[in-house]
Amino acid sequence: MVIKVLGSGCANCKKLEANAREAVKALGIDATVEKVEDFKDILAYGVMKTPALVVDEQVKVMGRVATADEIKKLL
Amino acid sequence: MNYITQIFGWLNDQLLKMTWLSELVKLLVEKVFGLSAETRLGGSIHFFIYDVVKIFILLSVLIFIISYIQSYFPPERTKKMLGGIKGIKGNVLGALLGTITPFCSCSSIPIFIGFTSAGLPLGVTFSFLISSPLVDLASMLILTSFFGIKIAIAYLVVGLILAVAGGTVIDKLGLEKYIEGYVRDIENVDVEPVEMTRNERISYSKEQVRDIIKRVWIYILIGVGIGAAIHNWIPQSIVENVIGENNPLAVVLATAIGIPMYADIFGTIPIAEALFAKGVGIGTVLSFMMAVTALSLPSMIMLGKVVKPKLLAIFVTIVSIGILIIGYLFNAISFIFI
Repeated sequence: MVIKVLGSGCANCKKLEANAREAVKALGIDATVEKVEDFKDILAYGVMKTPALVVDEQVKVMGRVATADEIKKLL
Repeated sequence: MNYITQIFGWLNDQLLKMTWLSELVKLLVEKVFGLSAETRLGGSIHFFIYDVVKIFILLSVLIFIISYIQSYFPPERTKKMLGGIKGIKGNVLGALLGTITPFCSCSSIPIFIGFTSAGLPLGVTFSFLISSPLVDLASMLILTSFFGIKIAIAYLVVGLILAVAGGTVIDKLGLEKYIEGYVRDIENVDVEPVEMTRNERISYSKEQVRDIIKRVWIYILIGVGIGAAIHNWIPQSIVENVIGENNPLAVVLATAIGIPMYADIFGTIPIAEALFAKGVGIGTVLSFMMAVTALSLPSMIMLGKVVKPKLLAIFVTIVSIGILIIGYLFNAISFIFI
């Protein structure tokens, strides 16, 4: 499973990344968490409001910080 | 009919003006601090505490409710809705959607690129970018709380007109060549907006309240502080001469001060209210608020990354002129509202 956190370095984007890592650890699944910071790459997903969460190339969360619990439900 | 007016008046007094809070703070100032609210010091303290508490309560409640509504209108959906609409209808829809799409200046670049790459006319994008920071539901309600519903609606209407007119002018001037090259090279990608569950919307709205308060609390304190000073310490005659009816260039001055300022509208309202109470024209006050919110240094820096300096300058000029016109117009017809 490949998880990507889309965001260009603002505090909310870091929070989403932290929540994503926490969710992965809690579920104990085999997944990588990457940060995508270049806005051209972010726009390539059609996302205009960061932070956003992409799981296996599917955009699951757009424009807000999902909590670790919410992310667990998505994985 | 009379009952309805009375009920709305009561609701406005209790929920938005919070007259009960004013009485409570008055008791606090008189009994706990031992000062009369009629004195300068007592009056300032009363004004400061009452306004700060009122704004923070309104801020929290309004931001929550409005973020909930706005969660249904992410910019990705707006982009889809605006696609393929030709002519001034696009500007109007862009301006309207700008008021309900959640906006922070951090998203102005992606939104600009996203809209442009989707083929939206430049002017439509600008109509959106003008109305977004200028008019939103929260500021409408806060304006109603401080100035009454007539002025709030007037602000909404002129804000939209400014957004539509500004965007249309930019369209007519054919300035597409002043968009930065790399923007044109970016391909459009449409994504289906992710639907949120009710709990997710609630969590999002709470987060918005937290974020926004963290961002603007300092501006609110400063704004209320300045408002209190104007209210209680600066004589009416000085206000009248500098920015009131004795100065025909009051609107220009208000706009010139407002443009470089970066503050949330919640911070400008106590200043605007105090000035208005001292007899400054409603147009002058509106111009000040619009200048602060529509044009700010951070958003201009952001925009400067996606458009060339000439287009940026034209944008700022058009919006500034619009604000000046609105200011003088409202001063002239203010008898309608007052």
